[in-house]
Amino acid sequence: MMTLKQSRRLQSVALGGLSWLIALLIFFPILWMVLTSFKTEIDAFATPPLFFFHPTLENYIHIQERSDYLHFAWNSIAISFSATILCLLIAVPAAYSMAFYETKRTKQTLLWMLSTKMLPPVGVLMPIYLLAKGTGLLDTKLALIIIYTLVNLPIVVWMVYTYFKDVPRDILEAARLDGATLLQEMLRVLLPISKGGLASTALLSLILCWNEAFWSLNLSSSQAAPLTALIASYSSPEGLFWAKLSAVSTLACAPILIFGWISQKQLVRGLSFGAVK
Amino acid sequence: MATLKLKNLKKGFEGLQIIKGIDLEVLDKEFVVFVGPSGCGKSTLLRLIAGLEDVSSGHIELDGRDITEVSPAKRDLAMVFQTYALYPHMTVRKNMSFALDLAGGDKAEVQRKVDDAARILELTPLLDRKPRQLSGGQRQRVAIGRAIVRNPKIFLFDEPLSNLDAALRVQMRLELARLHQELQATMIYVTHDQVEAMTLANKVVVLNGGRIEQVGSPLELYHHPANLFVAGFLGTPKMAFLKGKVSAVDTGGCEVSLDAGLQLALPHSSAALKVGDPVTLGIRPEHLELATAGQPGLSVTADVSERLGSDTFCHVLADSGEPLTVRLRGDLNNPYGQRLQLHLGAEHCHLFDANGDAVSHALRAAA
Amino acid sequence: MTTQTANKAQLRDTRKAVGRRSSNPGWFLVSPSVLLLLLWMIVPLGMTLYFSLIRFNLLYPGENEFVGLENFSFFLTDSGFLPGIWNTVVLVLSVLIISVVGGVLVAALLEASDFIGRGIVRVMLISPFFIMPTVGALVFKNLIFHPVSGILAALWRAFGAQPIDWLANYPLASIIIIVAWQWLPFAILLLMTAIQSQDLEQKEAARLDGAGPGAIFWHLTLPHLSRPIAVVVMIETIFLLSVFAEIFTTTNGGPGFASTNLAYLIYNQALVQFDVGMASAGGLIAVVIANIAAVILVRMIGKNLTDKG
Repeated sequence: MMTLKQSRRLQSVALGGLSWLIALLIFFPILWMVLTSFKTEIDAFATPPLFFFHPTLENYIHIQERSDYLHFAWNSIAISFSATILCLLIAVPAAYSMAFYETKRTKQTLLWMLSTKMLPPVGVLMPIYLLAKGTGLLDTKLALIIIYTLVNLPIVVWMVYTYFKDVPRDILEAARLDGATLLQEMLRVLLPISKGGLASTALLSLILCWNEAFWSLNLSSSQAAPLTALIASYSSPEGLFWAKLSAVSTLACAPILIFGWISQKQLVRGLSFGAVK
Repeated sequence: MATLKLKNLKKGFEGLQIIKGIDLEVLDKEFVVFVGPSGCGKSTLLRLIAGLEDVSSGHIELDGRDITEVSPAKRDLAMVFQTYALYPHMTVRKNMSFALDLAGGDKAEVQRKVDDAARILELTPLLDRKPRQLSGGQRQRVAIGRAIVRNPKIFLFDEPLSNLDAALRVQMRLELARLHQELQATMIYVTHDQVEAMTLANKVVVLNGGRIEQVGSPLELYHHPANLFVAGFLGTPKMAFLKGKVSAVDTGGCEVSLDAGLQLALPHSSAALKVGDPVTLGIRPEHLELATAGQPGLSVTADVSERLGSDTFCHVLADSGEPLTVRLRGDLNNPYGQRLQLHLGAEHCHLFDANGDAVSHALRAAA
Repeated sequence: MTTQTANKAQLRDTRKAVGRRSSNPGWFLVSPSVLLLLLWMIVPLGMTLYFSLIRFNLLYPGENEFVGLENFSFFLTDSGFLPGIWNTVVLVLSVLIISVVGGVLVAALLEASDFIGRGIVRVMLISPFFIMPTVGALVFKNLIFHPVSGILAALWRAFGAQPIDWLANYPLASIIIIVAWQWLPFAILLLMTAIQSQDLEQKEAARLDGAGPGAIFWHLTLPHLSRPIAVVVMIETIFLLSVFAEIFTTTNGGPGFASTNLAYLIYNQALVQFDVGMASAGGLIAVVIANIAAVILVRMIGKNLTDKG
């Protein structure tokens, strides 16, 4: 006979095992991608799939030689960071005023902003494409920076708004009584206090920009093409380059994946729009 | 010098009147306490003075200068918030010097002022800590320090002690009183705690529903409440109220017959008082005592008693159902359920007319 | 009279002199965002509206005459339209259901069990959220679903079954799996954090009142999760309505229109068949559908999002 304690213990171990199983199942595609990237093309195509093999770096070397990975990576970095900074610059004042000078219209404005995010990009693809073409911005980083800024603005405003909401009003009023101007109040009091939240907002914006694949595929071809476009170029059925595809994918995802792992806690709080404290 | 004048000050939010016309004068070096129940507008009034809220109409004058439209920073006032509102990302030193830094003060001068304030408040060893490393009482002192450093014309306090535990609150209350003596500064203090109002103030302003009910020194308000509201608001346990009717009037006083079944001759009178007017009689617990044998008294039934050691507060019910509290000896046996006879000293009674306004005491009015 | 005006003028002067901050700098600060978003909506939408009313095919330049609602009727009667609508709805709803139900269950499982390596499990569970949609889709296409060298094929063979060509035979289901794989982690992470914030004393009180684990989950945990679930539904709907890269890199909408959603259909019209007029008509229809979804969502859960505590 098992005691109550023993059966509880057993149950807990079983549930723990199940948790691990689910986690491994969900993580498996990523793990498999990374493993495959270290295989030779022949090993990668082997049936049954190989779990043990001689690791090789030849795919990674090949990618840089064939497609100039660094060019695409630089585009991704430049576009993501510029768009994120620009977006925050526009969003912070808006979030400030909505958080601390709330009117009846504030909530409507916020919901309206979020609803613009539901506007399907395809609905405006042609005009944007033609506008970009007409202004000579097609296949430039600037075009993608502007688009990403606009596309992420609603979510960034909302996230910053929820962070600002957590800052006690009294502190800003104290700063005002201490003689701070609007700019000083923001730069020397509000922003330092909410720097954690701003960081996680910036992080989410970076992730969204980095992974964006609609506008980048349609508005860039070579000059400004970020990593998403590089991946797409490997997807053409020209040959069975599983290993190289895996290597380029690993290279494209690794920076943001590691970034995300480090900051997942902050990220979730921001993303929850205040639903989780 | 710092005198503040409020002239017919009004404030409304979205059609709702919060402050309904306040006229008040705060004199130099006065410690003025705004007291009232929650929602009476006392905090709003303070925020209007600070400039954190816009005035709907009326004027605020500081030393003869109209500051109604002046931005908060330029009013030369400092405020201590209920939540302390310390800057969490700055050290205690930075918190205290922030205002002076913004104003572009001389570095050495700022340093000296911060050190002085820290010494007064015994914060010197904590100057390099961040607010989150401090206890509630210490944070409170930093908030006060931040105000002192600026050497403002008037200190504003918005319920500064309400986030502290009971023991600390008593201690900080004493420190604030001492600070007022030392700094010889003008202070305006908002609280809902009448004990703070009584112990700290030179001048108490009782607010209710956006209006001033009465202004005066603590003892004036305690002994001569102008109306039922003030009478009931100040003093613990509360003053008891007994309803009744005027049964006779003459120049030196009047006679009241209480619903609770007692005829009482009172030294209160006014020209407007007529026989048959409904009135309310108020009496504080310390002015009630057990009647000696044969003395006419109010018959009551004893309810529960609270023993404090020094005194016993005995809650009783009059036959009319009106509750009273009596302060009795500390070593009294529990009289629960017994019938008691209470003696009401006529000279200590307060009388209020049908509108709730006090009817003046004939003898005192004459004197 | 004159003194009064003088007073007023003086008042105005002091106002200026002290540089009084207006009590609400709000609209001045919000306006850049609002204006940009308005521009972002109105300019392209206006152009789309214009394009949708003319003949506009990049293959036949110069023939831009007004055609009225012809583009709309062509798009609405296009053989891809109904499948596109249906597939969009199926895709959005399936992924929402998978991620909300799966998210709640996994979050509850993690909360109920005690095991070593909780941090690693957490990291593994959230990882797909950070992966590019294109990469995720390609990994599934080539390494998981592939009928010859995919993991599933190997698994099927191991049990003696005939491997299945998932993307060809079950295209929509395959895409749903890929998209759900990306969004389930988001739900898990959010709900897991939310479950951890549940009031322990409340649960203990319920246990003393005789509630079992099932009753606690149903009556306490689920209501507690309503707000985070609203957030998950809101955010995911925004992104799911315009799923594109996953289809683009795997099935190209096929076979036939079996895995074509509205976004992909319009893309196909515009950039593959170069019929801008018809693509614009389709785009407007997509906007209308998105707006309907937005209105429904905001009605249902908007209150949940903006009311704090």
